[in-house]
Amino acid sequence: MEQAKQKETSSFQKWFRSRKGQQALVLIVFMSIPLLLLFIFTYLPFGEMVKFSFYNMKYVGARKFVGLKNYQDVFTRKDCFGALKLSLYYMVGSVVQLLLALYLATVLSFHVKGEGAFKAVMFFPYLISGIAIGFIFKFFYTHGYVWDTALTWFGFKLDQLPYWLKDQKINNISLVATSVWRYTGQNMVLFIGAIMSVDQELYEAAALDGANRWQQFKHIIMPSIKTIITLNVILSITGSLSAFEPPYVITDGANGTGTYFVIMNRIAHTSQKVGLASAMAVVLLAIIFLVTIAQKVFFKYFFRSADDEDPRAGERREKQIEKYRAKHAARNGEAHNG
Amino acid sequence: MADKNTSASVLGMGDTSMSVNTAARTKRAILGFLKYFSLVFCGFLAVLPVVSCFITALKTKEEYQSTNVMTLPSKLYFGNFADAWEKANMGMAFLHSLIVLVFVLAGSIMIGAMLAYCLSRFKFPGNGLVRSLFLFASLLPGVAMQVSVYSIMQKLGFINHLYGYIILMMGTDVISIYIFIQFFENISTSLDESAIMDGCSYFGVFFKILLPLLKPAIMTVIILKGVNTYNEYYMANLYLQDKSRLGVVATSLYTFTGPMGNQYNMICAGVIISFMPALIVFLLFQKQVYSGMTSGAVKG
Repeated sequence: MEQAKQKETSSFQKWFRSRKGQQALVLIVFMSIPLLLLFIFTYLPFGEMVKFSFYNMKYVGARKFVGLKNYQDVFTRKDCFGALKLSLYYMVGSVVQLLLALYLATVLSFHVKGEGAFKAVMFFPYLISGIAIGFIFKFFYTHGYVWDTALTWFGFKLDQLPYWLKDQKINNISLVATSVWRYTGQNMVLFIGAIMSVDQELYEAAALDGANRWQQFKHIIMPSIKTIITLNVILSITGSLSAFEPPYVITDGANGTGTYFVIMNRIAHTSQKVGLASAMAVVLLAIIFLVTIAQKVFFKYFFRSADDEDPRAGERREKQIEKYRAKHAARNGEAHNG
Repeated sequence: MADKNTSASVLGMGDTSMSVNTAARTKRAILGFLKYFSLVFCGFLAVLPVVSCFITALKTKEEYQSTNVMTLPSKLYFGNFADAWEKANMGMAFLHSLIVLVFVLAGSIMIGAMLAYCLSRFKFPGNGLVRSLFLFASLLPGVAMQVSVYSIMQKLGFINHLYGYIILMMGTDVISIYIFIQFFENISTSLDESAIMDGCSYFGVFFKILLPLLKPAIMTVIILKGVNTYNEYYMANLYLQDKSRLGVVATSLYTFTGPMGNQYNMICAGVIISFMPALIVFLLFQKQVYSGMTSGAVKG
């Protein structure tokens, strides 16, 4: 008995000292905390949310099982599912933002006077907190204040100008514009980075040979940033569906500016209808999930048709895309933008 | 990624624009003008909201009420900054933000680096699964998740405690993990292998050899995660509800909602105070900020 035990411990010790044992030890020590946190703050709440969506409940107090009633409400209540229409504004906004960033990045990638200062000025809004941006634009859009004054400099008359945040014809556009203001510079910096990764001699050679700017753009710049642009376009779809920050901080969803998440947030934390809010969240997550799968399929198809000869290039790109998507999502998830 | 074909096609276009005549010169002048005009115009729109904030913050209350918001102040007045600082209890807010930043950054860097080390260096069953779990987590929008995270925070007793907020911010971090994985994949494994041969343990490899090499990646994480953490207000508002005791810089601005909501001379001062640290860091470390932003982007 004694001997067997001793033998056991010694073989355990042997295993423990071996490379395999050391690896297992490292894995356990290094991965337990991140995985525990991931479980507690992501997957546990995810499961809870699905559970909540079948109940009529508040954060505290009794809960009642109601089956699919909450899901019915999501699709039939006027304020819930209909709010997704506003996403269209945000989609258009992100296309505008992308084009603008692309134009500016292209212009700046040729030598321009005051380049550094311009880049800094465009980028800085990205560093301001969402809540500060809310105050800045409440002030900016107030009737007769900053924006109206600037427009009168260009010949507009104050009494012809609308109330930017109250007029339902225009207020969603005003809100989307703040998002464009905030993220264009950041997109521009990303594009400049991609453009700069192209061998500079290529531009010089092209310029020497008299290729004009448009030709340089089409044949050198575009191919180098095609992937990042396509990705941004596609990501903007899920981003627009979950648009939240501009209406939340500027109008609090008043006057028909409440996007899906603003409404959900209000239902969850103001009216405390946690069940209904959870159902809303689950529905949107399902939509986002479907869109993401559709994007993957689209991407595979899109790039297979491209003139790619190296079969491993596709694999590499898949990897890159996955990484980029995760980083982008993480960045935006944390900033809670749209 | 532009290959030989594209450069060849560019070469082929050389002869068409060889002749420089006056029409071409005027065209170039017009295009040049349009270029600078568009840049100036965009720059103007980009600075206008921020500049208007400075103009208003430097006016006295009387001057703010009696003049147009874009009229420059007749005399620079700094009292609003003192008022905003005091009313929003910014001294305490900066202290709390600093504490949160230090712990969240230190925690995220350790967690991210350790996890990335395991995922990029060891083949073990479940490696792919762990990666997918993190990838899927990054698809879930934060706002939607807070509906149920809130009830979990309640059960854990984490609401209205700085440590609860700090742990949550560390636990929902995906960005640093990805930055570190990317970085590890660019460090040759022969380095670790030779150290192991020399009798170094895996812990030794990680702490003594790889961690010092990670400095650039750590810098990137500090910039990206630092900006996010400093500016985060939604979860801070939800989980640090007792703002008189637990305000951070972003949530201290909530002081200016409600009855003070139209005193923009003071609000603007508060907003400027809140973004000042970010502005200073940005001006000092511009290059690192830009390269931090682009390091994750797809190239080619």
